[in-house]
Amino acid sequence: MTDDHGHHPAPLTDVERRARALEELLTEKGIVSPEFIDQVVEAYAQDIGPMNGAKVVARAWVDPEYKRRLLADGTAAIAELGIGGPEGDHIVAVENTPDVHNVVVCTLCSCYPWPVLGLPPTWYKSPPYRSRMVREPRTVLAEMGCDVPDDVEIRVWDSSAEMRYLVLPARPPGTDAVSEEDLAATVTRDAMIGVARP
Amino acid sequence: MDGVHDLGGMQGFGPVEVEPDEPTFHGEWEARMFAVAGGALGAGGFNTPMFRHAIERMDPGHYLTSSYFEHWLTAVATLLVEEGMISRDDLDARVSSFPLSRPTTVDADDVDGASPRETPRFAVGDAVRVRDLHFGGHSRCPRYIRGRRGVVARIDVAAPIPEFEAHRRERVLDPTYGVRFDAAELWSEAAEANAPVYVDLYEQYLELVT
Repeated sequence: MTDDHGHHPAPLTDVERRARALEELLTEKGIVSPEFIDQVVEAYAQDIGPMNGAKVVARAWVDPEYKRRLLADGTAAIAELGIGGPEGDHIVAVENTPDVHNVVVCTLCSCYPWPVLGLPPTWYKSPPYRSRMVREPRTVLAEMGCDVPDDVEIRVWDSSAEMRYLVLPARPPGTDAVSEEDLAATVTRDAMIGVARP
Repeated sequence: MDGVHDLGGMQGFGPVEVEPDEPTFHGEWEARMFAVAGGALGAGGFNTPMFRHAIERMDPGHYLTSSYFEHWLTAVATLLVEEGMISRDDLDARVSSFPLSRPTTVDADDVDGASPRETPRFAVGDAVRVRDLHFGGHSRCPRYIRGRRGVVARIDVAAPIPEFEAHRRERVLDPTYGVRFDAAELWSEAAEANAPVYVDLYEQYLELVT
Protein backbone atom coordinates (compact mmCIF):
# COMPACT_ATOMS: atom_id res chain seq x y z
CA MET A 1 0.00 0.00 0.00
CA THR A 2 2.97 2.30 0.26
CA ASP A 3 2.74 3.06 -3.42
CA ASP A 4 -0.70 4.60 -2.95
CA HIS A 5 0.76 7.82 -1.72
CA GLY A 6 4.49 7.47 -1.64
CA HIS A 7 6.17 8.88 -4.72
CA HIS A 8 8.96 10.64 -2.89
CA PRO A 9 11.91 11.51 -5.08
CA ALA A 10 14.09 12.05 -2.01
CA PRO A 11 14.79 9.39 0.62
CA LEU A 12 12.36 9.48 3.49
CA THR A 13 13.39 11.32 6.62
CA ASP A 14 13.26 9.52 9.96
CA VAL A 15 10.01 11.17 10.93
CA GLU A 16 8.44 10.32 7.57
CA ARG A 17 9.45 6.70 8.07
CA ARG A 18 7.86 6.67 11.50
CA ALA A 19 4.69 8.34 10.26
CA ARG A 20 4.40 5.86 7.44
CA ALA A 21 5.02 2.93 9.79
CA LEU A 22 2.26 4.09 12.12
CA GLU A 23 -0.18 4.70 9.29
CA GLU A 24 0.47 1.28 7.78
CA LEU A 25 0.12 -0.41 11.13
CA LEU A 26 -3.17 1.30 11.87
CA THR A 27 -4.70 0.69 8.47
CA GLU A 28 -3.58 -2.97 8.48
CA LYS A 29 -5.14 -3.46 11.90
CA GLY A 30 -8.31 -1.69 10.77
CA ILE A 31 -7.98 1.02 13.44
CA VAL A 32 -8.05 3.81 10.83
CA SER A 33 -9.38 3.48 7.31
CA PRO A 34 -7.53 4.88 4.27
CA GLU A 35 -10.80 6.48 3.14
CA PHE A 36 -11.06 8.42 6.41
CA ILE A 37 -7.49 9.65 6.01
CA ASP A 38 -8.13 10.83 2.46
CA GLN A 39 -11.32 12.66 3.46
CA VAL A 40 -9.67 14.55 6.31
CA VAL A 41 -6.65 15.48 4.23
CA GLU A 42 -8.84 16.84 1.48
CA ALA A 43 -11.04 18.85 3.84
CA TYR A 44 -8.16 20.61 5.56
CA ALA A 45 -6.18 21.08 2.36
CA GLN A 46 -9.12 22.54 0.41
CA ASP A 47 -12.14 23.66 2.40
CA ILE A 48 -11.04 24.79 5.83
CA GLY A 49 -8.84 27.85 6.05
CA PRO A 50 -8.64 31.59 6.67
CA MET A 51 -11.00 32.33 3.80
CA ASN A 52 -13.76 31.28 6.20
CA GLY A 53 -12.71 33.77 8.85
CA ALA A 54 -12.32 36.44 6.18
CA LYS A 55 -15.99 35.99 5.24
CA VAL A 56 -16.96 36.48 8.88
CA VAL A 57 -14.87 39.63 9.18
CA ALA A 58 -16.16 41.13 5.93
CA ARG A 59 -19.75 40.44 6.94
CA ALA A 60 -19.14 42.15 10.29
CA TRP A 61 -17.65 45.15 8.50
CA VAL A 62 -20.68 45.66 6.25
CA ASP A 63 -23.46 44.57 8.60
CA PRO A 64 -23.53 46.25 12.04
CA GLU A 65 -26.22 43.89 13.29
CA TYR A 66 -24.10 40.88 12.32
CA LYS A 67 -21.11 42.45 14.03
CA ARG A 68 -23.13 42.88 17.20
CA ARG A 69 -24.15 39.22 17.10
CA LEU A 70 -20.57 38.13 16.37
CA LEU A 71 -19.20 39.97 19.38
CA ALA A 72 -22.02 38.68 21.59
CA ASP A 73 -21.81 35.02 20.51
CA GLY A 74 -19.08 34.16 18.04
CA THR A 75 -20.05 30.51 17.75
CA ALA A 76 -23.62 31.28 16.73
CA ALA A 77 -22.53 34.05 14.37
CA ILE A 78 -20.09 31.88 12.41
CA ALA A 79 -22.74 29.17 12.25
CA GLU A 80 -24.99 31.67 10.45
CA LEU A 81 -22.44 31.54 7.63
CA GLY A 82 -22.35 27.76 7.72
CA ILE A 83 -19.01 27.65 9.55
CA GLY A 84 -18.25 25.30 12.44
CA GLY A 85 -16.49 22.09 13.35
CA PRO A 86 -13.63 20.79 15.48
CA GLU A 87 -12.02 23.49 17.65
CA GLY A 88 -14.91 25.79 16.87
CA ASP A 89 -17.39 25.02 19.63
CA HIS A 90 -16.67 28.21 21.57
CA ILE A 91 -15.60 31.06 19.33
CA VAL A 92 -14.95 34.46 20.89
CA ALA A 93 -14.50 37.40 18.54
CA VAL A 94 -12.44 40.27 19.95
CA GLU A 95 -12.64 43.64 18.23
CA ASN A 96 -9.75 45.92 17.41
CA THR A 97 -10.61 49.57 18.04
CA PRO A 98 -8.61 52.80 17.97
CA ASP A 99 -7.71 52.10 21.62
CA VAL A 100 -7.30 48.32 21.68
CA HIS A 101 -5.33 45.80 19.65
CA ASN A 102 -5.95 42.10 20.25
CA VAL A 103 -3.56 39.23 19.65
CA VAL A 104 -4.01 35.49 20.24
CA VAL A 105 -1.58 32.88 21.54
CA CYS A 106 -1.67 29.45 23.17
CA THR A 107 1.24 29.11 25.56
CA LEU A 108 0.52 25.49 26.56
CA CYS A 109 0.03 23.96 23.12
CA SER A 110 -1.31 25.50 19.93
CA CYS A 111 -5.05 26.05 20.39
CA TYR A 112 -6.46 27.84 17.36
CA PRO A 113 -9.93 28.38 15.84
CA TRP A 114 -9.70 25.79 13.07
CA PRO A 115 -13.10 26.35 11.41
CA VAL A 116 -12.39 30.02 10.74
CA LEU A 117 -8.62 30.03 10.26
CA GLY A 118 -7.69 26.48 9.29
CA LEU A 119 -4.66 24.90 10.91
CA PRO A 120 -2.12 27.20 12.55
CA PRO A 121 1.13 28.25 10.85
CA THR A 122 4.39 26.88 12.21
CA TRP A 123 5.42 30.15 13.85
CA TYR A 124 2.21 30.16 15.92
CA LYS A 125 3.17 26.73 17.27
CA SER A 126 6.81 27.64 17.86
CA PRO A 127 8.49 28.18 21.25
CA PRO A 128 9.53 31.78 20.43
CA TYR A 129 5.97 32.90 19.76
CA ARG A 130 4.40 30.93 22.61
CA SER A 131 6.97 32.01 25.18
CA ARG A 132 7.29 35.65 24.26
CA MET A 133 3.85 36.86 23.21
CA VAL A 134 2.49 36.94 26.77
CA ARG A 135 5.60 38.67 28.10
CA GLU A 136 6.68 41.20 25.48
CA PRO A 137 3.82 41.45 23.00
CA ARG A 138 4.62 44.94 21.75
CA THR A 139 8.19 43.92 21.00
CA VAL A 140 7.22 40.68 19.29
CA LEU A 141 4.54 42.39 17.22
CA ALA A 142 7.01 45.05 16.11
CA GLU A 143 9.52 42.37 15.15
CA MET A 144 6.79 40.75 13.06
CA GLY A 145 6.15 44.03 11.28
CA CYS A 146 3.08 45.02 13.27
CA ASP A 147 3.72 48.32 14.99
CA VAL A 148 1.13 49.12 17.65
CA PRO A 149 1.27 52.70 18.98
CA ASP A 150 2.20 52.95 22.66
CA ASP A 151 -1.14 54.48 23.57
CA VAL A 152 -3.03 51.50 22.14
CA GLU A 153 -3.65 48.76 24.69
CA ILE A 154 -2.49 45.35 23.53
CA ARG A 155 -4.72 42.59 24.85
CA VAL A 156 -3.07 39.20 24.67
CA TRP A 157 -5.49 36.27 24.73
CA ASP A 158 -3.93 33.01 25.96
CA SER A 159 -6.43 30.36 24.85
CA SER A 160 -5.72 27.87 27.60
CA ALA A 161 -9.21 26.41 28.12
CA GLU A 162 -12.27 26.09 25.87
CA MET A 163 -12.49 29.44 24.06
CA ARG A 164 -10.96 29.93 20.63
CA TYR A 165 -10.36 33.51 19.56
CA LEU A 166 -10.89 35.35 16.31
CA VAL A 167 -9.58 38.91 16.08
CA LEU A 168 -11.95 41.27 14.30
CA PRO A 169 -9.61 43.79 12.67
CA ALA A 170 -10.64 47.38 12.12
CA ARG A 171 -12.12 48.04 8.70
CA PRO A 172 -9.54 49.89 6.62
CA PRO A 173 -10.48 53.52 5.96
CA GLY A 174 -11.67 54.45 2.49
CA THR A 175 -13.38 51.12 1.82
CA ASP A 176 -16.99 52.28 2.02
CA ALA A 177 -17.61 51.51 -1.63
CA VAL A 178 -15.91 48.10 -1.57
CA SER A 179 -18.15 45.05 -1.79
CA GLU A 180 -18.33 42.45 0.94
CA GLU A 181 -16.70 39.89 -1.31
CA ASP A 182 -13.83 42.19 -2.23
CA LEU A 183 -13.39 43.14 1.43
CA ALA A 184 -13.12 39.47 2.35
CA ALA A 185 -10.28 39.09 -0.15
CA THR A 186 -8.27 41.70 1.78
CA VAL A 187 -8.57 40.04 5.21
CA THR A 188 -5.48 38.06 6.09
CA ARG A 189 -4.94 35.18 8.47
CA ASP A 190 -2.34 37.23 10.33
CA ALA A 191 -4.80 40.09 10.89
CA MET A 192 -7.28 37.61 12.39
CA ILE A 193 -4.60 36.26 14.76
CA GLY A 194 -3.63 39.81 15.58
CA VAL A 195 -0.05 39.92 14.31
CA ALA A 196 -0.91 42.27 11.45
CA ARG A 197 -3.04 45.37 11.08
CA PRO A 198 -4.76 45.83 7.71
CA MET B 1 3.08 19.02 35.10
CA ASP B 2 5.73 21.70 35.18
CA GLY B 3 6.87 20.63 31.73
CA VAL B 4 8.72 22.00 28.76
CA HIS B 5 5.42 22.57 26.93
CA ASP B 6 4.46 25.29 29.43
CA LEU B 7 6.31 28.00 27.57
CA GLY B 8 4.60 31.23 28.59
CA GLY B 9 7.14 33.81 29.71
CA MET B 10 10.25 31.70 29.15
CA GLN B 11 13.24 33.49 27.66
CA GLY B 12 15.99 32.59 25.25
CA PHE B 13 14.09 31.27 22.23
CA GLY B 14 14.99 34.16 19.96
CA PRO B 15 12.92 35.77 17.22
CA VAL B 16 9.70 34.37 15.79
CA GLU B 17 10.63 32.91 12.45
CA VAL B 18 7.95 33.26 9.82
CA GLU B 19 7.99 31.08 6.72
CA PRO B 20 6.64 33.13 3.79
CA ASP B 21 3.65 31.59 2.00
CA GLU B 22 3.71 28.60 4.30
CA PRO B 23 1.58 25.70 3.08
CA THR B 24 -0.96 24.06 5.40
CA PHE B 25 1.13 20.92 5.39
CA HIS B 26 4.84 20.52 4.69
CA GLY B 27 4.81 17.42 2.62
CA GLU B 28 2.34 14.64 2.43
CA TRP B 29 3.32 13.02 5.71
CA GLU B 30 2.08 15.97 7.78
CA ALA B 31 -1.31 15.89 6.13
CA ARG B 32 -1.62 12.16 6.55
CA MET B 33 -0.38 12.32 10.15
CA PHE B 34 -3.01 14.92 10.98
CA ALA B 35 -5.72 12.61 9.66
CA VAL B 36 -4.25 9.43 11.16
CA ALA B 37 -4.16 11.12 14.55
CA GLY B 38 -7.81 12.09 14.34
CA GLY B 39 -8.83 8.58 13.37
CA ALA B 40 -6.66 6.84 15.96
CA LEU B 41 -7.73 9.08 18.82
CA GLY B 42 -11.35 8.44 17.94
CA ALA B 43 -10.85 4.69 17.61
CA GLY B 44 -9.14 4.48 21.00
CA GLY B 45 -11.59 6.75 22.77
CA PHE B 46 -8.78 9.08 23.75
CA ASN B 47 -9.91 12.56 24.72
CA THR B 48 -8.03 15.79 24.01
CA PRO B 49 -6.49 16.09 27.49
CA MET B 50 -5.08 12.55 27.17
CA PHE B 51 -3.61 13.48 23.80
CA ARG B 52 -2.17 16.75 25.09
CA HIS B 53 -0.65 15.01 28.08
CA ALA B 54 0.99 12.42 25.84
CA ILE B 55 2.68 15.33 24.03
CA GLU B 56 3.67 16.93 27.34
CA ARG B 57 5.29 13.65 28.42
CA MET B 58 7.73 13.70 25.49
CA ASP B 59 11.37 13.92 26.43
CA PRO B 60 11.98 17.70 26.71
CA GLY B 61 14.87 17.62 24.29
CA HIS B 62 12.76 15.77 21.74
CA TYR B 63 9.83 18.14 22.28
CA LEU B 64 11.89 21.25 21.56
CA THR B 65 13.63 19.83 18.50
CA SER B 66 10.66 18.26 16.75
CA SER B 67 7.81 19.68 14.71
CA TYR B 68 4.19 20.00 15.73
CA PHE B 69 3.21 16.98 13.66
CA GLU B 70 6.06 14.95 15.10
CA HIS B 71 4.55 15.75 18.50
CA TRP B 72 1.27 14.34 17.21
CA LEU B 73 2.98 11.26 15.81
CA THR B 74 4.81 10.57 19.05
CA ALA B 75 1.76 11.14 21.23
CA VAL B 76 -0.60 9.00 19.16
CA ALA B 77 1.87 6.11 19.02
CA THR B 78 2.45 6.41 22.76
CA LEU B 79 -1.26 6.28 23.62
CA LEU B 80 -1.87 3.32 21.31
CA VAL B 81 1.03 1.36 22.81
CA GLU B 82 -0.07 2.19 26.36
CA GLU B 83 -3.59 1.07 25.55
CA GLY B 84 -2.36 -2.16 23.97
CA MET B 85 -3.86 -1.37 20.56
CA ILE B 86 -0.42 -1.71 19.00
CA SER B 87 2.82 -2.94 20.50
CA ARG B 88 6.33 -1.63 20.78
CA ASP B 89 7.33 -4.72 18.74
CA ASP B 90 4.94 -3.70 15.96
CA LEU B 91 6.76 -0.39 15.67
CA ASP B 92 10.24 -1.86 16.02
CA ALA B 93 9.49 -4.32 13.25
CA ARG B 94 8.98 -1.42 10.87
CA VAL B 95 11.48 1.27 11.85
CA SER B 96 14.80 1.21 13.62
CA SER B 97 13.93 3.91 16.12
CA PHE B 98 10.55 5.17 17.29
CA PRO B 99 10.87 7.37 20.38
CA LEU B 100 7.76 7.43 22.54
CA SER B 101 6.74 9.71 25.40
CA ARG B 102 7.64 8.89 28.98
CA PRO B 103 5.06 7.14 31.17
CA THR B 104 2.72 9.32 33.14
CA THR B 105 3.83 9.90 36.72
CA VAL B 106 0.40 10.17 38.31
CA ASP B 107 -2.38 7.68 38.98
CA ALA B 108 -6.08 8.20 38.63
CA ASP B 109 -6.26 8.34 42.41
CA ASP B 110 -3.95 11.33 42.45
CA VAL B 111 -6.69 13.50 40.96
CA ASP B 112 -8.65 15.07 43.78
CA GLY B 113 -12.31 14.23 44.15
CA ALA B 114 -14.64 16.94 42.93
CA SER B 115 -18.33 17.18 42.17
CA PRO B 116 -19.60 18.40 38.83
CA ARG B 117 -20.37 22.06 39.13
CA GLU B 118 -21.86 24.34 36.53
CA THR B 119 -22.82 27.41 38.54
CA PRO B 120 -19.95 29.91 38.69
CA ARG B 121 -18.79 30.98 42.14
CA PHE B 122 -17.18 34.14 40.80
CA ALA B 123 -18.65 37.17 39.06
CA VAL B 124 -17.24 39.50 36.44
CA GLY B 125 -15.09 42.06 38.23
CA ASP B 126 -14.11 39.74 41.10
CA ALA B 127 -10.46 39.84 42.12
CA VAL B 128 -9.01 36.34 42.04
CA ARG B 129 -5.65 34.71 42.64
CA VAL B 130 -4.40 31.69 40.76
CA ARG B 131 -3.66 28.83 43.14
CA ASP B 132 -0.03 27.75 43.34
CA LEU B 133 -0.63 24.32 41.88
CA HIS B 134 2.13 21.89 41.00
CA PHE B 135 0.20 18.81 39.94
CA GLY B 136 2.44 16.25 38.25
CA GLY B 137 -0.07 15.26 35.60
CA HIS B 138 -2.00 17.11 32.92
CA SER B 139 -3.19 20.59 33.79
CA ARG B 140 -4.23 23.71 31.92
CA CYS B 141 -3.00 26.15 34.53
CA PRO B 142 0.10 27.80 33.05
CA ARG B 143 3.10 28.36 35.32
CA TYR B 144 3.47 32.08 34.58
CA ILE B 145 0.20 33.04 36.25
CA ARG B 146 0.33 30.82 39.34
CA GLY B 147 0.12 32.84 42.53
CA ARG B 148 -0.75 35.97 40.50
CA ARG B 149 -3.77 38.17 40.97
CA GLY B 150 -6.21 38.94 38.21
CA VAL B 151 -9.76 40.10 37.62
CA VAL B 152 -12.59 38.00 36.19
CA ALA B 153 -13.33 39.52 32.79
CA ARG B 154 -15.74 36.97 31.34
CA ILE B 155 -17.68 33.92 32.51
CA ASP B 156 -17.57 31.09 29.99
CA VAL B 157 -19.02 27.59 29.74
CA ALA B 158 -18.77 24.92 32.37
CA ALA B 159 -16.36 22.39 30.86
CA PRO B 160 -14.79 19.06 31.81
CA ILE B 161 -11.82 19.49 34.15
CA PRO B 162 -8.70 18.50 32.16
CA GLU B 163 -7.11 16.64 35.10
CA PHE B 164 -10.11 14.30 35.36
CA GLU B 165 -10.35 13.74 31.62
CA ALA B 166 -6.64 13.04 31.24
CA HIS B 167 -6.17 10.68 34.16
CA ARG B 168 -9.59 9.15 34.82
CA ARG B 169 -11.41 9.58 31.50
CA GLU B 170 -14.12 11.25 33.57
CA ARG B 171 -16.08 14.33 32.64
CA VAL B 172 -16.35 16.43 35.79
CA LEU B 173 -17.58 19.91 34.95
CA ASP B 174 -16.19 23.16 36.26
CA PRO B 175 -17.02 26.74 35.29
CA THR B 176 -14.40 28.46 33.16
CA TYR B 177 -13.50 32.13 33.08
CA GLY B 178 -11.51 34.65 31.13
CA VAL B 179 -9.24 36.33 33.69
CA ARG B 180 -7.36 39.57 33.04
CA PHE B 181 -3.86 40.00 34.45
CA ASP B 182 -2.00 43.29 34.40
CA ALA B 183 1.40 42.90 32.79
CA ALA B 184 3.15 44.32 35.89
CA GLU B 185 1.53 41.64 38.05
CA LEU B 186 3.09 38.98 35.83
CA TRP B 187 6.43 40.46 34.85
CA SER B 188 7.14 43.10 37.47
CA GLU B 189 9.71 45.65 36.29
CA ALA B 190 10.16 43.79 33.01
CA ALA B 191 6.52 44.34 32.00
CA GLU B 192 5.59 46.26 28.88
CA ALA B 193 3.17 49.13 29.45
CA ASN B 194 -0.45 48.86 28.45
CA ALA B 195 -0.33 45.12 27.66
CA PRO B 196 -2.61 42.98 29.85
CA VAL B 197 -2.88 39.23 29.35
CA TYR B 198 -6.18 37.38 29.40
CA VAL B 199 -6.00 33.71 30.36
CA ASP B 200 -8.84 31.19 30.25
CA LEU B 201 -9.02 29.24 33.50
CA TYR B 202 -11.08 26.58 35.23
CA GLU B 203 -12.66 27.64 38.50
CA GLN B 204 -10.70 25.07 40.48
CA TYR B 205 -7.49 26.92 39.61
CA LEU B 206 -8.76 30.13 41.22
CA GLU B 207 -9.45 31.53 44.66
CA LEU B 208 -11.22 34.72 45.58
CA VAL B 209 -9.12 37.61 46.85
CA THR B 210 -10.93 39.27 49.71
